[in-house]
Amino acid sequence: MKLYLTLIFEFFKIGLFAAGGGLATLPFLNALADKYPWLTSDMIGQMVALSESTPGPLGINMATYAGYMAGYNTFGSPLLGVTTAFTATASLVAPSFIVILIVSRVLDRYKSSLIVNDAFSGLRPAVAGLIAAAAWSVIGTTLFNFTASVFGQKFLLPEIILFAALMLVTNLKPLKKLHPLVFIAFSAAAGIAIGYTVGW
Amino acid sequence: MEHNETAAKPTSLWQLFSAFMRIGAFTFGGGYAMLPMLERECVTKYGWVSKDELLDYFAIGQCTPGVIAVNTATFVGKKERGFWGALAATVGVVLPSFVIICVLTAVLANFAEIPAVKYALHGIRVCVGVLILNTVIKLVREKIKDWLGYLLYAAAFAVVVFLKVSPVFVVIAAALIGIVRGFITRRAGREGK
Repeated sequence: MKLYLTLIFEFFKIGLFAAGGGLATLPFLNALADKYPWLTSDMIGQMVALSESTPGPLGINMATYAGYMAGYNTFGSPLLGVTTAFTATASLVAPSFIVILIVSRVLDRYKSSLIVNDAFSGLRPAVAGLIAAAAWSVIGTTLFNFTASVFGQKFLLPEIILFAALMLVTNLKPLKKLHPLVFIAFSAAAGIAIGYTVGW
Repeated sequence: MEHNETAAKPTSLWQLFSAFMRIGAFTFGGGYAMLPMLERECVTKYGWVSKDELLDYFAIGQCTPGVIAVNTATFVGKKERGFWGALAATVGVVLPSFVIICVLTAVLANFAEIPAVKYALHGIRVCVGVLILNTVIKLVREKIKDWLGYLLYAAAFAVVVFLKVSPVFVVIAAALIGIVRGFITRRAGREGK
């Protein structure tokens, strides 16, 4: 029972203070690993790898992993691990859920206010700039391999060819309207094919 | 413009839940990487929000606690169906992560080490870059109309990429600039009369 209360307290705190999401929660999780026996720094490494390799928001993936480990390592049961994973994940989400409900209500009330509209008119182009920055960093790390090569060999041609092909295909008139997940599934298959033939 | 028949009927909780479950299940990389999926489901397919509103939610999500994906789900759900809509959308976006991580941690802890998984992710990451880039190009074309817009866009990009400024400051500064601009134009309008 004490473990559940600890998880509620710790993950509510992370959810409340880690603004910007995803990797912003990592320092908090490192602090948990220093403080509690059920999470170790070895697990943190595996947690990040697993969270980045699976779909879904990074912060949620990491909270579920840490919560699961807390229950599994304390009680030795995968089933109880699921219950602690649920506790951690729900506690992480709760603060932002509450805050957004309040912000949403305030926003509704001042929707027609001039100042709010002026503020958003400045915000929208800036947010487009922030999204462009995100695109820059994703493209930079995949095409130009700013980070160390994971696969031993540095051979960038496949990435650039796949990028160019996808850029073309996603902008072709008949294919443009396809759901993004079609392209994601296709590129996963292409990734496996390239990996086993020419290598990344 | 394509008409969607769902616009006439009120949104069901199941639609909110299932749309956000698709978003949660097929977004890799989190944060802004989910914009193409969000836009597809919430703007193009169901018309729940406009592109402007999506950008507004992202701006707010940058400054409020929590994961941006979850914040946006809560916003859209609340707007469509109030509290229960917010809950349905939020549970929907979280559920795939929760199930996948629990299952993999229990039975396949070294999932990330499997070569086929690494290769597939490598391909997916290239695709995520393409999808975000397409979204940015469309946004700039449709949403930025004046020189101040282009300036704010370029400045936000530059200070985050090259000066590593926190996006929170970018959001606050841009909001202030928007307010000042509105004040000046209204004042000029009044004096013009």
